[in-house]
Amino acid sequence: MELTYGEYGGRFVPETLVPALDELEAGWKEALGDPAYRTELDDLSRSYGGRPTPLTLAERFAPGKRLYLKREDLLHTGAHKLNNALGQALLALRLGKRRIVAETGAGQHGVATATVCARFGLDCVVYMGSEDMRRQRPNLERMALLGAEVRPVEFGTRTLKEATSEAIRDWITNVEDTHYLIGSCVGPSPYPEIVRELQSVIGCEAREQMLAAEGRLPEVALACVGGGSNAIGLFAGLVDDAEVRLVGVEAGGAASLGSGRPAVLHGSRSSVLADEDGQVLDAESISAGLDYPGVGPEHAFLRDSGRAEYVGATDEEALDAFRRLARTEGILPALEPSHALARVAELEEELVLVCLSGRGDKDLAEVSAR
Amino acid sequence: MSEQEAAAGPIPNPLPPGGNQGSEETRADVSRGRGETVAVRPKALAVYLMCGPEAPALAEAAVQGGADLVELGFPFSDPLADGPVIRRAAERALGQGMRTGPCLECLAATRERLPDTPLVPMTYSSLLEAYGWERFGSDARSAGATSLIVADLPAAERPEVRRVQLVAPTSTDERLAVAAASTEGWLYLVTLTGTTGARSELSPALAGLVARARERTDLPLYAGFGISTPDQARAAAELADGVVVGTRAVEVAEEGPAALEKYVASLRGALDS
Repeated sequence: MELTYGEYGGRFVPETLVPALDELEAGWKEALGDPAYRTELDDLSRSYGGRPTPLTLAERFAPGKRLYLKREDLLHTGAHKLNNALGQALLALRLGKRRIVAETGAGQHGVATATVCARFGLDCVVYMGSEDMRRQRPNLERMALLGAEVRPVEFGTRTLKEATSEAIRDWITNVEDTHYLIGSCVGPSPYPEIVRELQSVIGCEAREQMLAAEGRLPEVALACVGGGSNAIGLFAGLVDDAEVRLVGVEAGGAASLGSGRPAVLHGSRSSVLADEDGQVLDAESISAGLDYPGVGPEHAFLRDSGRAEYVGATDEEALDAFRRLARTEGILPALEPSHALARVAELEEELVLVCLSGRGDKDLAEVSAR
Repeated sequence: MSEQEAAAGPIPNPLPPGGNQGSEETRADVSRGRGETVAVRPKALAVYLMCGPEAPALAEAAVQGGADLVELGFPFSDPLADGPVIRRAAERALGQGMRTGPCLECLAATRERLPDTPLVPMTYSSLLEAYGWERFGSDARSAGATSLIVADLPAAERPEVRRVQLVAPTSTDERLAVAAASTEGWLYLVTLTGTTGARSELSPALAGLVARARERTDLPLYAGFGISTPDQARAAAELADGVVVGTRAVEVAEEGPAALEKYVASLRGALDS
């Protein structure tokens, strides 16, 4: 099998989906080569999404450092997920698919998908684990208002892993008229490449903004990693700058890169929380968006190559960072990027860039309950 | 030649030499008696069961009921090709400790009871990835496997893992050709776009898929996914050379070997009528 990222990636799917992935890959290449696609996406990102998102200096949160936050929380729908959803919706239209299916964990990708489907008049079905529906209730309500049908997933851990499996099963069943709008840089090829490209706007913008603000590149760039889409987007803009240290922060109980092993999950080979027989283990995190036992194959590749490093943060550390950013900067971050914020204080570097991938309104109930 | 060596070569017919010859003639005679066609091939019946403590006895009951081939599911935690019934059966099996090692033991125990029946483990890539791709194939064959099915490993990938290939209504002609050229023994036709599970009607996509596959291979074509009733089995077998029944067999197997034998016999009767 031609693996995309060293020994990671690939296409481990039932035969039914292979022709659809071929079609997607061909459509994606055509779109990338078509200036009209890029122009339309850029226009929408600006006029509808609110790009470029600002870079905010957070002096009170990190005294003694120059910490910049890439404010994806200020993007329309409140998280970086819209970058990917917009790009894939335009792709689905090019492919003639009028029905969209997606999975969601924290609900941010579900909201972004429901949003673009409303914008383009597409049918939208979102699979969400019932445990996540409980802990991310506001996003559930948002999706309903946006006209999406949210289907609860009631088996296994009732979180993102099972929601993803059910979305893929729906796609297998309805592949003729349906585009699977995957939310992270996971899944069978070409999805990891598509999501990386669509999220690379984060890193490309941040790089330019950093140069404008400081006249130099950050010494270190951090992002939280669940499936890893905001991190891969941030890293994409800086990976060629060898002097910039890249750090991904996983949830302690969902450290696919920190304590995983090579396994096949959701169509690709990557580093997965799995046992020695290849059975996938349950992840556990306060953050529904990081609560996933797999990770994008490119992250596994970046880890092995040494270009990026991956560390963990506990639920408590993330909660502390959440509260501290609220009180010191007047910004309520989502619990997911709070994991990245939790690792800032101990860094040796002075000039730091963190991707603030989403806002925390969705997490208020979970945080208040602690 | 040992059984493993025999299994390593191309298998023109899914029935093992000397295995079900008698019944093959009987069934062919039955068909001939109805005067339907000149060269009638008996319709093969494959039954899927999940590995577990009861699987060897259940497999034996299935064969007594008239199954020609038994697929043994090696459970995976995230089985994308499977609907709720087989997914739940996999969860139960994993809860009983049915990991790769115990599944191979289950296969060997089944082989002891059924020396002549083709036994085909069906599983997912992650198990092979963890166990070693080639080691899995070789250890499965040592334990009595006739071939292998990997539900999420598309044809043309990992050619060193010799296996029964699956094709689907969405498969292009090119992919059908690749699958037909590399499959071992027979070609698995997924009758519908969807996951495993009972359906109310036989998929209308099967006829077209059979026609396209026939143009590309002389190997037997077995239709599976969505076949649960004797009527559906008969209708599918009018098009294909055999049928695979999974979900309903897994459900009936929960009621024990006697119930399974009776259910399989009802399918056998429909195929032979």
